[in-house]
Amino acid sequence: MAVEQPLATPAGDQSRIHDIGYRGYDGPRLGRAYARLSLYSQTLRGSYGLGRSVKSKVLPMLLFAVMCVPAAIMVAVAVATKAHDLPVPYTRYAIIMQAVISLYVASQAPQAVSRDLRFKTIPLYFSRPIETADYVQAKFAALASAMFVLTAAPLAVLYIGALLSKMDFAHQTKGFGQGLLSVALLSLLFAGIGLVIASITPRRGFGIAAVIAVLTISYGAVSTLQAIADSQGSTSAIPWIGLFSPVTLIGGLSTALLGGTNTFPGGDGPSHAQGAVYLLVVLGLIAASYGLLLRRYKKVGL
Amino acid sequence: MYDPTVARLTYRALLGRRRALILGALPLLLIAISVVVRGLAGADDQTASDLLGGLALATMVPIIGVIAGTGAIGPEIDDGSVVYLLSKPIKRPTIIFTKLIVAIAVTMVFSALPTLIAGFILNGNGQQIAVAYTVAALVASIAYAALFLLLGTVSRHAVVFGLVYALVWEALFGSLVPGARTLSVQQWSLAVAHKVTGGELVTSDVSLTTGTVLLVAVTVLATWYAGQKLRSLTLAGEE
Repeated sequence: MAVEQPLATPAGDQSRIHDIGYRGYDGPRLGRAYARLSLYSQTLRGSYGLGRSVKSKVLPMLLFAVMCVPAAIMVAVAVATKAHDLPVPYTRYAIIMQAVISLYVASQAPQAVSRDLRFKTIPLYFSRPIETADYVQAKFAALASAMFVLTAAPLAVLYIGALLSKMDFAHQTKGFGQGLLSVALLSLLFAGIGLVIASITPRRGFGIAAVIAVLTISYGAVSTLQAIADSQGSTSAIPWIGLFSPVTLIGGLSTALLGGTNTFPGGDGPSHAQGAVYLLVVLGLIAASYGLLLRRYKKVGL
Repeated sequence: MYDPTVARLTYRALLGRRRALILGALPLLLIAISVVVRGLAGADDQTASDLLGGLALATMVPIIGVIAGTGAIGPEIDDGSVVYLLSKPIKRPTIIFTKLIVAIAVTMVFSALPTLIAGFILNGNGQQIAVAYTVAALVASIAYAALFLLLGTVSRHAVVFGLVYALVWEALFGSLVPGARTLSVQQWSLAVAHKVTGGELVTSDVSLTTGTVLLVAVTVLATWYAGQKLRSLTLAGEE
């Protein structure tokens, strides 16, 4: 029973704090860097459904398999026919599979951030010794790593297969390195765009639709415009149109700077100078999405 | 079979705030692109057909169908507020039917209407292209809305599965494996559009009979099964 307190406590030694026997924590405090690392590894595992229910493993694993199977088939065909080069260059593979990559980022970006917003767990994170920047960095890095695993794994399959079928080692290694660089940029770009859109809405389903709409519609619109520009004979406009969608940005960048084959209709694809513009736009977009995320999480949920 | 109150609530859930923004942004983008293309290329039937077929019917209609179809019921099941609706003395199939009508209406307004406008901007309805693709969009709206509404009652990941169907099956497999086109809402609606206008530019891989039968069958079956599913709905916890 609670003891009734007199309303005006007299000054002096009447008030005291009772020690009711709770133990304090005197173990090691792991600090900010450890918290950030944990957030990173949990998000990365969560992106493939590890440590979550079976149902949430289905989709990421399925998309991962869909990414790798065509590479395995290509390698098998190349080995069987004793081809001298892979049917698809390393930098081109991700562009062909862009629908799968878009679906992956659309399904996993909301997974990474929307649930924290919806269940209002953001204040709990920030009551730990991490800062806004730590949260954003951990989520961004985790999603980008997950995307890199998704996009680099089929390239590794292609590379190993190429070496097994005794294709030219130096040539293949160079192509593989260029491919890895291009998918690394792709991972950062897609993860940034996905997270910015997903962090706006606490609704998971809506976040998925919004991310896919931005990625697919922009790609559809840009390819259509490029095809029309090609048929109209205004080939000089094609590379500049390509700046307006994430997929064609990476495609044009690999063509111009990473020795890929042209993924645009007609012409020779973007020149080296245009490739530099592409690189600037890609880096600018990645930096902008990081900045927008920081700004968003300065205020959200607090 | 139609309950005005449920319809009003669904409209407000679908067109509330940000959802209306993205639903409105897509048609605006289509119209903006049409204006740009008309300015660049002038009135050209093949261009108009490519743009309307590739962008409007293949990408925009399915995405708006996914947002409207799953958005009509998905969020309510997700946050559990559907129990307040289900505890009212309204038949479950009536709820589904009402939500279907709303989803169809929203999909049609946000996809078929802009298709018509874009068609007129592109080539002034030359060779009936604008009308043909509008008919296709109208027909596809019905089937997509029914299909994605069913997905919304079946799975918590309805949006993803809807998009996988629309983008991977119809676009990717449809372009690689010809057989996949027989099972594609897009091709069925194109068959109807082809019959309506009789033009040469709008063609489909399936015959009119197959297309119509499959369209009706999918719509009716999906609606019926969604009603059954809602009768025995269990609310699961968040994963």
